Amino acid sequence: MALQPKVLMFGWEFPPEISGGLGTACYGLVSGLIGNGVDVTFVVPKLYGTEETDKFRLVGASDVEVNFSTSKFQRNLEKVNYMQIHSHIVPYASPQEFMDREEFDIHSVSKVDSNFSSAKFKFGGRYGKSLLSEVSKYALVAMQVAQDQEFDVIHAHDWLTFPAAIMAKEVSGKPLVVHVHATEFDRSGESVNQEVYELEKKGCEAADRIICVSRLTRRILMNRYGIDGRKISVVHNAVVPKPAKIYPKRNLVDKKIVTFLGRITFQKGPDYFVDAARKVLDVMPDTHFVMAGNGDMFLKCVERAAELRISNRFHFTGFLNYFETNNLLGMTDVYVMPSVSEPFGITPLEAMRTGVPVVISKQSGVAEVLKNSIKVDFWDLNALSDTIIGLLKNEEISKKLAADGTNEVNEMKWEYASLKVREIYNKTINRRRSVRN
Amino acid sequence: MKKICFYFQVHQPFRLKNYRFFDISVDNQYFDEKKNHDIMRKVAQKCYLPMNQLLLDQIQAHNGNFKVAFSISGVCIEQFELYAHDVLESFKSLADTGCVEFIAETYGHSLSALKSPEEFKKQVAMQTAKIKEHFGQTPKTFRNTELVYNNYIGSLVHEMGYKTMITEGADHIMGWRSPNFLYNHCQHPDLKLLLKNYKLSDDIAFRFSQKSWESWPLKAETFSHWINSTPWNQEIVNLFMDYETFGEHQWEDSGIFDFMRELPNQIINHSQFDFVTPAEAAKELKPISGIDIHSTISWADAERDLTAWLGNPMQDDAFDSIYSLEYLINKIDDQKIKDDWVKLQTSDHFYYMCTKFWSDGDVHKYFSHYDSPYEAFLNYMNVLTDFEERVRNVAGVDEEQREIHPGIMENFKKFLPEGVQLN
Repeated sequence: MALQPKVLMFGWEFPPEISGGLGTACYGLVSGLIGNGVDVTFVVPKLYGTEETDKFRLVGASDVEVNFSTSKFQRNLEKVNYMQIHSHIVPYASPQEFMDREEFDIHSVSKVDSNFSSAKFKFGGRYGKSLLSEVSKYALVAMQVAQDQEFDVIHAHDWLTFPAAIMAKEVSGKPLVVHVHATEFDRSGESVNQEVYELEKKGCEAADRIICVSRLTRRILMNRYGIDGRKISVVHNAVVPKPAKIYPKRNLVDKKIVTFLGRITFQKGPDYFVDAARKVLDVMPDTHFVMAGNGDMFLKCVERAAELRISNRFHFTGFLNYFETNNLLGMTDVYVMPSVSEPFGITPLEAMRTGVPVVISKQSGVAEVLKNSIKVDFWDLNALSDTIIGLLKNEEISKKLAADGTNEVNEMKWEYASLKVREIYNKTINRRRSVRN
Repeated sequence: MKKICFYFQVHQPFRLKNYRFFDISVDNQYFDEKKNHDIMRKVAQKCYLPMNQLLLDQIQAHNGNFKVAFSISGVCIEQFELYAHDVLESFKSLADTGCVEFIAETYGHSLSALKSPEEFKKQVAMQTAKIKEHFGQTPKTFRNTELVYNNYIGSLVHEMGYKTMITEGADHIMGWRSPNFLYNHCQHPDLKLLLKNYKLSDDIAFRFSQKSWESWPLKAETFSHWINSTPWNQEIVNLFMDYETFGEHQWEDSGIFDFMRELPNQIINHSQFDFVTPAEAAKELKPISGIDIHSTISWADAERDLTAWLGNPMQDDAFDSIYSLEYLINKIDDQKIKDDWVKLQTSDHFYYMCTKFWSDGDVHKYFSHYDSPYEAFLNYMNVLTDFEERVRNVAGVDEEQREIHPGIMENFKKFLPEGVQLN
């Protein structure tokens, strides 16, 4: 029995070059696993050179030379074709975000050898137009990696890596754990992309074990994807320890600040935040609201704030880097996450860790675990605005909530979450073995 | 003799620098000095200096029979003082000829007439003082920012004692009437109105270098012929345009300077027209009728209304936000704040926020240094947030306390987590 399993892990991003919560969660989980003696090799499409390579064993798919000539590879190659998809969808990023990023060419396969026997693939490594073709290329590389590396279990994060994980499983015969951080229903509401949905379903079906970030997500997998609930474990996300420094407030020093931080997309409920701001300002006209992030509802929110005539109290920062995010949280009096659908939601934890009281929607996975927070229905504008006003007006309660919240979050360690994951690895490996024997 | 009247609008706004949320309360320098300097120098080289020289030469060559008028915004003169002494000097040389009339407008090239008569009058006083200081004239003719006009604005201008005003001969106001007459304000007959002949003006300002235009390339001779072909009883042709038309919107290689060099000769020697300044026209001609303008007109876009600056939620919110500070600003005495206040009212800031033609790329984009109207709006609002903080600090405004309805706190209690009590 392998108590300290070797894991081949597939992800789509790894800090510091991240676009959302997925990268952050992977970072925390891998750190926790390593701390618990698990040997992790983490594969991403592309390395930027800024990663902490001294702490983690990272493999950039664009650095892997794929040998087409071996017969084993040729045999496996045929299996990839069924996943070759060429539509242009943008699952995480808004069109605007996409345009701000690198352009990718679907056919940008750079040949290293003139005899075509081996090649390295070029990856944008982001959520671009040719995402699905990158997903396929990534699966090709995964086959090579699975042939080269030694490991006991495969662990794949979200649908982008599922084809890769399935191929790795085909090649190696090792058990597969898929980790669902978000489903297509969380990203797109009811207008799901069928191809993405199919990949998610395939990944879950091929998996020996599924890890979900919340009971909410588990229910979606059961109800919408027809996955057997007995195959699914829930491991809630944790948070890495508090950043070293809380910056002194420099902007709007004597004003109360209420913050929304996240992608400005339908599922995050940004429009509810704007409307709630109007209601708060009716009572507390000198409050300031900050909406940080980018997304396809950005312009709509700008216009909505203008329609409500609150633009001089409602500010948009655009996408913030790590430093600016902490800077903003440091000056925030109330953090609000009015998500319509949130598989987990790691940012309220980051706010709480900085000592900010939070109002979160009941429709978020994180609401399942948080005690010291205010939970409202995302659609209940009165609840949203009344609790914001309540927190701004009652300093004692705010302080207590913030202090208790900080303590609570500091106990939500990746160290503990990764123990559960290690347990899942071991069980999965053992079950595999006993089935074979 | 019939009259031809040239009036040129000279204006450059103080453009804002890229101002982020994190700059609020930290940075109170709002304007992009480098960009404003560079644009001023570029326009000076391409337009102001060569065109002023051209006009000076023509005035001298025609012994005072060639005349023009300028309206220069206060914020533009301020940028001459900062970045273009040479341009200021060349305007002074033009003023010295006695053939150039300088026209009154708002200092900030603002839309204050639509919001605050007090602020409007203050800014006119500031601009006319600046004109007097540099060019030794007290303006007798008035023109409002972008020719924005309605009966009410006309009355304000009349109250200030002006006898002549310039505005647009918009189709929807004129109907069957021709702009080629002198008109007057419908309630104040002693305020004469000169209306822009937009067809002939736009032939120079917009169509001159358009190769698809049937009359391209336009020769001074042809243009003079068109002027001469206006019906026999019509008395005046008013050609009003941006001064930057010459060398900046229409480049030198389009032949625009050659055209303007030849035009005075064609008009003076081969037509039945005399050049006049607006004040002279108003004195020499008799108004044909009063003109009643209820809905506000301007010279912008095809609509000839306010929609270039106001009307979408962003423009309206920004516009209301800045003018909501007026009563506080009037209470305080802080020169830097008052300077910024005027510069932030400049109509260009609201023009950049226009979404009318955002999708197809157009004249608004040409005049904007922002990538999108949203960006322009957010940048402006960040600046305005800082500005409001400064104004409130100096004015000593405390945070406004309103009564909280007990129902709000009752509702709040319901959502408190276990173990937390509201006293």
